[in-house]
Amino acid sequence: MNVPPDYSAFPDTRGHFGPYGGRFVSETLMEPLRRLEEAYLRLRKDPAFLAELDDDLKHYVGRPSPLYHARRLTQAWGGAQIWLKREDLNHTGAHKVNNTVGQALLAKHLGKTRIIAETGAGQHGVASATIAARLGLKCVVYMGIEDVERQSPNVYRMKLLGAQVVPVTSGTRTLKDALNEAMRDWVTNVDDTFYVIGTVAGPHPYPMLVRDFNSVVGRELIWQTRDQIGRLPDLLTACVGGGSNAIGMFHPLLPFPDVRMVGVEAGGDGIETGRHAAPLTAGKPGVLHGNRTYVMADEDGQIIGTHSVSAGLDYPGVGPEHAWLKDVGRVEYTSVTDDEALAAFHELARAEGIIPALESSHALAYAKKVAPGMASDRHIVVNLSGRGDKDIFTIAKREGISLT
Amino acid sequence: MSRISGVLDGLRAKQRKALIPYITAGDPHPRLTVGFMHALVQAGADIIELGVPFSDPMADGPVIQLACERALVHRTSLRQVIGMVAEFRRTDARTPVVLMGYLNPIESMGLERFAQAAREAGVDGVLVVDLAVEEAPEFSPVLSQAGLDCIFLLAPTSPPARIAAAAKLASGYLYYVSLKGVTGAATLDVASVAAKVAEIRGITRIPVAVGFGIRDAQSASAVAAVSDGVIVGSALVAEIERHQNEPERLAGLLRDKLAPMRAAMDAGAVG
Ligand SMILES: Cc1ncc(COP(=O)(O)O)c(C=O)c1O
Repeated sequence: MNVPPDYSAFPDTRGHFGPYGGRFVSETLMEPLRRLEEAYLRLRKDPAFLAELDDDLKHYVGRPSPLYHARRLTQAWGGAQIWLKREDLNHTGAHKVNNTVGQALLAKHLGKTRIIAETGAGQHGVASATIAARLGLKCVVYMGIEDVERQSPNVYRMKLLGAQVVPVTSGTRTLKDALNEAMRDWVTNVDDTFYVIGTVAGPHPYPMLVRDFNSVVGRELIWQTRDQIGRLPDLLTACVGGGSNAIGMFHPLLPFPDVRMVGVEAGGDGIETGRHAAPLTAGKPGVLHGNRTYVMADEDGQIIGTHSVSAGLDYPGVGPEHAWLKDVGRVEYTSVTDDEALAAFHELARAEGIIPALESSHALAYAKKVAPGMASDRHIVVNLSGRGDKDIFTIAKREGISLT
Repeated sequence: MSRISGVLDGLRAKQRKALIPYITAGDPHPRLTVGFMHALVQAGADIIELGVPFSDPMADGPVIQLACERALVHRTSLRQVIGMVAEFRRTDARTPVVLMGYLNPIESMGLERFAQAAREAGVDGVLVVDLAVEEAPEFSPVLSQAGLDCIFLLAPTSPPARIAAAAKLASGYLYYVSLKGVTGAATLDVASVAAKVAEIRGITRIPVAVGFGIRDAQSASAVAAVSDGVIVGSALVAEIERHQNEPERLAGLLRDKLAPMRAAMDAGAVG
């Protein structure tokens, strides 16, 4: 018989999830990473630290986030009941803040005075700038110049919060290059600087600690579904860029074998066109940004450019825990196209009065595909990871509407 | 004994220090690289570090990032870089060549296949920037068995235990990163380099070469005086960048840039 692994035992002490994860960075960062790991392992058991974190999540972020029964959407699609985990209602408008609040507290406890972050859609940048303002830390955010242009409202928001936004012009000028640039800053300023990574990627211990900070989502979901549905749901679905909102919702429920989980990658123009951002669906194992995982690379091992209408999913790698969960078969991964995500975006806005982030619209689009094939006593929970205010310019432009 | 150890032992016997230039293969065009390597040897290079271009050179500053981008415009691949070493070896059987790059292109080719091909082409050592000792136990033996030296980085942040762990897996030389930062940074502090090199020498007898921040004759001779050798990268690559549109001049310019460092280091050794 095949005994399922004890998911809580991963990563192992070397930061590995099976063959994935690890710590692939230059020597200068190895010792700082070891110290970060040591501090985190100590603080996550420290009642004072945990109390401070809970207090922030409750009174600053606004948790718990509601679990909302989308009745009109359910009716429109037919079949399974659609529930939305409303991470869009968090302060700053996405799940990203769950993690930044946690990492900023770590930074404070480690005595760091400056935080840096990379951002794609700008949500993680805004969340980092926000918490930096609150704790009185200096904040520098690296952002690919292409994203600076397509997410201009968030750039301005970060500046209003007192952060410095550095446009990155190297490489493909998107999220992956912003991450490279943030690493370079960190290696240079490692004494006083804390690098707040925005997703479950990067070298160990980042995939672990970002997962842990986002797992509040799945923990809430367990009692919320028991209260509101009377049992655990049948299917969880979330979009996967780096994979932090997905792992945050999935991880606490991994031990329940009756809960199916599907991560949804950005299919862009369609997997067959090559213009997508779906490493788990169409990539292969490799090493990028400090960890071993599935990546999108050419036959020479060079990382290739990605495409997605959603800046937050436009990333050629993915968190190593997802790579492992895919291989062991506990979580399924699929993709939806830009067009499918956009259609779901509009449907949610019209049916429920909720404007979702383009990232989250990918998970919705998947739910739309599978709900009609499920009975009406089945329950799907979609992680509505963020709100779509930041995306209105992108959508207007795509639909030929001028807002200025 | 490996070609690298042979050269370093020979230098030590003469109380001289190793001069190790770095260039990125394929920059600004793959057909120029082998000529550059010969030019560097003429200017006094003891060992050559040949960079394998990568799309995401996380540990490199802007100068080498742009060199990678120029090389990748021509799709310079790891296979091609190995081919360049084979071509270099046709007329130079003496100067060791170390490939320096990131892990993904090597894994993509297949570690065993890479080790064999590199060895057959006449590569002597391999330095993988994003492979520290923790992740190396499966990697280094494959290189060692193919007769390749494994060069590891040490940094100002490396505590004694890490130095010892690297020394255990390393052969050829250890590459001490002189500063906290990326390649091309300008914050070299010779006194702190001297202190850390002394600490490393207290732990291992493997020669210690120092790189990052060495840009001219003066910094080269100062660092050579407190170590076994110096690695010069961004200063040379910046020269290529500046004159990328005059390819016929580049080999001469590299020679002119490197030769004064050789002279200053040798004068320092004697004086
Ligand atoms: C709202 C939202 N959802 C999802 C993502 C993707 O990140 P992850 O896969 O780490 O959740 C982002 C990233 O910017 C985002 O802003």
